[in-house]
Amino acid sequence: MDAILKIEGLRVEYRTRELGQTTKVAVKGLDLAVYPGEVFGFLGPNGAGKTSTMNVLLGFVPPTAGDAYLFGVSVRKPIARQRIGYLPELTYYYKFLTAEELLRFYGKIFRIPKDQLERRIEDVLKLVELREARKRPIRTYSKGMQQRVGLAQALINNPDLLILDEPTSGLDPVGRMKVRQLIQRLKNEGKTIFFSSHELGEVETVCDRVGILSDGELKAAGRVVDLVSDYRCDNLEQVFLKTIDFKLAA
Amino acid sequence: MSTAQSIYPPVQAIAAVVIRELYRRKDFYVLFVLTALITLVLGSVNFFSEEKVVRYLKEICLFLIWVSSIVIAITTAARQIPAERENRTLFPLLAKPVTRNHVVLGKFLGCWYASGLCLFVFYLFFAVISGAREHAWPIAHYFQGFMLHWFLLGVVTALALLGSIVFAAPSSNNTITLVVVTGILLLAGHLNKMALNLSEPMHTLVYAIYYALPHLEFFDMRELIIHSRPTVPWLIWLAALLYATVYAAIFLSATCFLFRKKAIN
Repeated sequence: MDAILKIEGLRVEYRTRELGQTTKVAVKGLDLAVYPGEVFGFLGPNGAGKTSTMNVLLGFVPPTAGDAYLFGVSVRKPIARQRIGYLPELTYYYKFLTAEELLRFYGKIFRIPKDQLERRIEDVLKLVELREARKRPIRTYSKGMQQRVGLAQALINNPDLLILDEPTSGLDPVGRMKVRQLIQRLKNEGKTIFFSSHELGEVETVCDRVGILSDGELKAAGRVVDLVSDYRCDNLEQVFLKTIDFKLAA
Repeated sequence: MSTAQSIYPPVQAIAAVVIRELYRRKDFYVLFVLTALITLVLGSVNFFSEEKVVRYLKEICLFLIWVSSIVIAITTAARQIPAERENRTLFPLLAKPVTRNHVVLGKFLGCWYASGLCLFVFYLFFAVISGAREHAWPIAHYFQGFMLHWFLLGVVTALALLGSIVFAAPSSNNTITLVVVTGILLLAGHLNKMALNLSEPMHTLVYAIYYALPHLEFFDMRELIIHSRPTVPWLIWLAALLYATVYAAIFLSATCFLFRKKAIN
């Protein structure tokens, strides 16, 4: 089976302004593949290189070496992003727009024909349970509603691959549950989902496979049950701590 | 698919959001109400002879329109890209099949169209006020004046967008662009005369600045409108529009170049 998302020997360096140091290596020779219909959890402590990897996948940052492909197209080409949906962490969408207007805006960017776009807006708003609030300006939305409108914009083009950056970050338990249910529903629809999260319990519940990144290197990758058994641990949290060499205080 | 067909939908969509933002914000309404109020109050005062009052009224009204339109163009353009970065809306936008050039072009067109709409309302108000007093409707003057003014706002908008990439804070960009535009409007036309009295190398330097700067004063038709002088020959008028287009294109190209180089993570 061909990978939907493929990363080959990816290296990302940033120039720093620190004295005596010219570059900071965020990702060191990362290889990764995500296959159709999979939910892949991308884990790692802060500063591990997750965001840098996602930034390359989304075309925000050019790779220093190696390459990444979406549907076989290099991420350096904007067209590679035609079939993806992206939910960033903590975004404050255009406050002066309503949810409906926001979705129409993103739909136009994808060149979705007008009648199809109206149907798609209806479906997506129903999916994220924002139909009643569709005509209200986004500035009046709660944090949970804002996150759901973010999910709606990520789904407007009916993407085959969803890239979610900490989708439940900052949400209350009900909000988290709703987002988790949505991810589950999208998985059942056959969507491929690549998401980063610090909520290991959540990752354990929804992911088919996970990858653990630390210091810019992929330390472990595989099915959660396999990793738990290989590392002789009780749960994903313990695997995570072991792979990143975290020493518990005595 | 042709290049125009492939770039236009994202550019058009981004521009439409800018226009929507402008009419949902209070900036334009406040400036319009202030302009209208000052003009109407001054218009109600009757001193000197009738003709002079009308000219004085037209001068004040056009001056307020110039100030308001430049303020609207600069403040609208200066906040666009910084707000996208601050609110993080740039991330979902660039994660779609949109390039940074699309963003710059969309923002430019949105700001330019939006300031054009505001300008149209201002000129309509001006035409009604002066028409009611003078019982004359010099449409050709208004058309020439409006178009020159709108193209000048295109140069100002492109300059403010460039400033929004160079300067970190929108407030400093607002101030610097406003000072630069005012400076050009007031001084650029006199730089060549200044250069004549200077010794080398200042003579050459000031002359170089004189030729490099966009001469925004070319676009000021206020005197012709106020004193009902003949319109500008149409070929010269067209050349002025072309001149503004070239400068706006230079500033936009620089903005696209710098924005592509800018790290956004």
